[in-house]
Amino acid sequence: MSNSKILANGVDVYYGSKQALFGISMDIKEKEVTALIGPSGCGKSTFLRCINRMNDLIEICKVSGSIKVDNEEIISEKTDVVSLRSKIGMVFQKPNPFPKSIFDNVAYGPTIHGLVDSKNELEEIVHSSLKKAGLFDEVKDRLNEPGTSLSGGQQQRLCIARAIAVNPEIILMDEPCSALDPIATAIIEELIDELRLNYTIIIVTHSMQQAARVSQKTCFFHLGELIETGETNKIFTNPDNTKTQDYITGRFG
Amino acid sequence: MNNSIAKEKIVSLRKKRSLEDMRFKYYGFTAMCLSLAVLVFLLYTIFSKGYTAFQKTIVLLEVDYNQKVLKLTPDSSDEDMEKGKFFRVKKQAIENFFPDLSKSDIKLVKKLFSINVDKEIKDYFLDNPEVINTKQQIWVTAHSDVDQLLKGNSRRDVPEDRRKLNDIQLSYVDQLVEENRVKQVFNNFFFTKADSRHPEIAGVAGSFMGSLFTLFTVFILSFPIAIGASVYLEEFAPKNRITELIEVNISNLAAVPSIVFGLLGLGVLLNVFGLPRSTPLVGGSVLALMTLPTIIIACRASLKAVPPSIKEGALAVGATKTQAVFHHVVPLALPGTLTGTIIGLAQALGETAPLIMIGMIAFIPNIPTGLTEPSAALPVQIYLWVESAERGFQEKSAAAIMVILIFLFMMNAIAVFLRNRFERKW
Repeated sequence: MSNSKILANGVDVYYGSKQALFGISMDIKEKEVTALIGPSGCGKSTFLRCINRMNDLIEICKVSGSIKVDNEEIISEKTDVVSLRSKIGMVFQKPNPFPKSIFDNVAYGPTIHGLVDSKNELEEIVHSSLKKAGLFDEVKDRLNEPGTSLSGGQQQRLCIARAIAVNPEIILMDEPCSALDPIATAIIEELIDELRLNYTIIIVTHSMQQAARVSQKTCFFHLGELIETGETNKIFTNPDNTKTQDYITGRFG
Repeated sequence: MNNSIAKEKIVSLRKKRSLEDMRFKYYGFTAMCLSLAVLVFLLYTIFSKGYTAFQKTIVLLEVDYNQKVLKLTPDSSDEDMEKGKFFRVKKQAIENFFPDLSKSDIKLVKKLFSINVDKEIKDYFLDNPEVINTKQQIWVTAHSDVDQLLKGNSRRDVPEDRRKLNDIQLSYVDQLVEENRVKQVFNNFFFTKADSRHPEIAGVAGSFMGSLFTLFTVFILSFPIAIGASVYLEEFAPKNRITELIEVNISNLAAVPSIVFGLLGLGVLLNVFGLPRSTPLVGGSVLALMTLPTIIIACRASLKAVPPSIKEGALAVGATKTQAVFHHVVPLALPGTLTGTIIGLAQALGETAPLIMIGMIAFIPNIPTGLTEPSAALPVQIYLWVESAERGFQEKSAAAIMVILIFLFMMNAIAVFLRNRFERKW
């Protein structure tokens, strides 16, 4: 039994006057992959973006309730979002490498956090991050080329390398494969499986097969409510709730 | 049966639609051709009126640098040489310009020469002091009236009292042409001298430098302020009533007539703060106020065009808001920002009205060397010359328009160059 890494309790989210999440409570274990599934607009991405406070960017978004990461409250005025985000990396739906070189893309995080003292150290971090993201062999000869010149799948792995370069403990992935072809998707899924050994991963996905393949825990969201959460095996074979049953068998959503 | 009628209808409609397409294409093409024709006509008019200003007429004058007339000796020091009686040398030279000139004719001949001839005779001597006690053939500047006559800008077939040169002067000019003692050369004065009451020695150097200093002031003041304001409004400002009000008013300010900004400069900068009149500093400040909204709007548009995913990416690895904005958003927006700024500067370059209000319309015969010296500006110079009665200024104003157009063209070229350069970096 691993420890609780993230503990959400009664999280409500409002966009203006419209409520998007209704009292979400969740317990996410360390070094596991948790998949958030559910139909579009059900609030799974919103919940994901609460965990690293990306919702702060949306002016009208108000979050209440409690989310504790390593027993520290993060839904609070006093939370230092910069250190929070260095602890919780994020990979977005669409690959968004900076319009800079491959090297600079990965080096950006460690540089701004002052994680390195010398050029050699920086190079080491960049190389090891690219290796962990399974991209190093493909790009080692062209680290100075722009990150945007890579293929979609490579760009997404570059974004993963960029996220792990700052040595986070948690990685949030917001539909990381929705813009990729099946081969690139398979590579990323394999990568997620490897990363699980070192990181706690939360992944939002629309693909039921993907959730079944990569995750240990699955949470099913519907209309802003958390309907069911449990072992992935159980959710996909024997869910407790009929809505979950309907969704995973493709009857709606 | 019904089916075939419907088909026919569809076919005829399709024909009509493709005809419509065709017609619209031709409308567009015609519009483009018309505007091109107008542009070509405009450029042709300016060029055909102005190109003669790039030439000046010079006359061969024999000058006798006699030491007695000059009241100098070959051993005189440089300071003494400065004080030589060059006007006497010139007087003598003009008296002997044609053989056996009567007193009244001397007066007429004198008017064939520019006022600048004294200085030219003196400068020639100071450059070559060894010519003392020798006779020298020097090319000196002709009066604007001669210049205009030889360029064909003023007519000789009108009655004498409506001409600048009378019949005797005309015959002298003809004699000069016959003897090859007059020719046209490149007009360096136009590019090296400031404004003058005498068209033949009036140039755009003063107003060009004035415009340059003014634009420098505009750039220094408006670029940082515009970047700061647009970055704040776009990235940091809370979205509330006050920022909305500010945004609306920035758009309103962009539409305020420029003369109002001139009044502001007159009322506040000159009268309250007591800044020096007619200077690029004041002119630039007023124009900076005028161009700020334009630049801010352009900057905000280019900041807005940067995909938000880039900023999110930076924030997600733990960059602060400032870092995300200045490391990623601003560099990406820079090409657009620069283009906007240069468009604003181009607008400022062509602006006349506010400069008139703050006194940059004064007659300034010197080339300014600093921001706080009185100076003219190119558009105001054009305005002044167009207003002048002297025929010689007409070609000058057309030529000055060419200068300002080339200036604008170069600014745009720089904008394009910078934009391409910065874009290549990514």
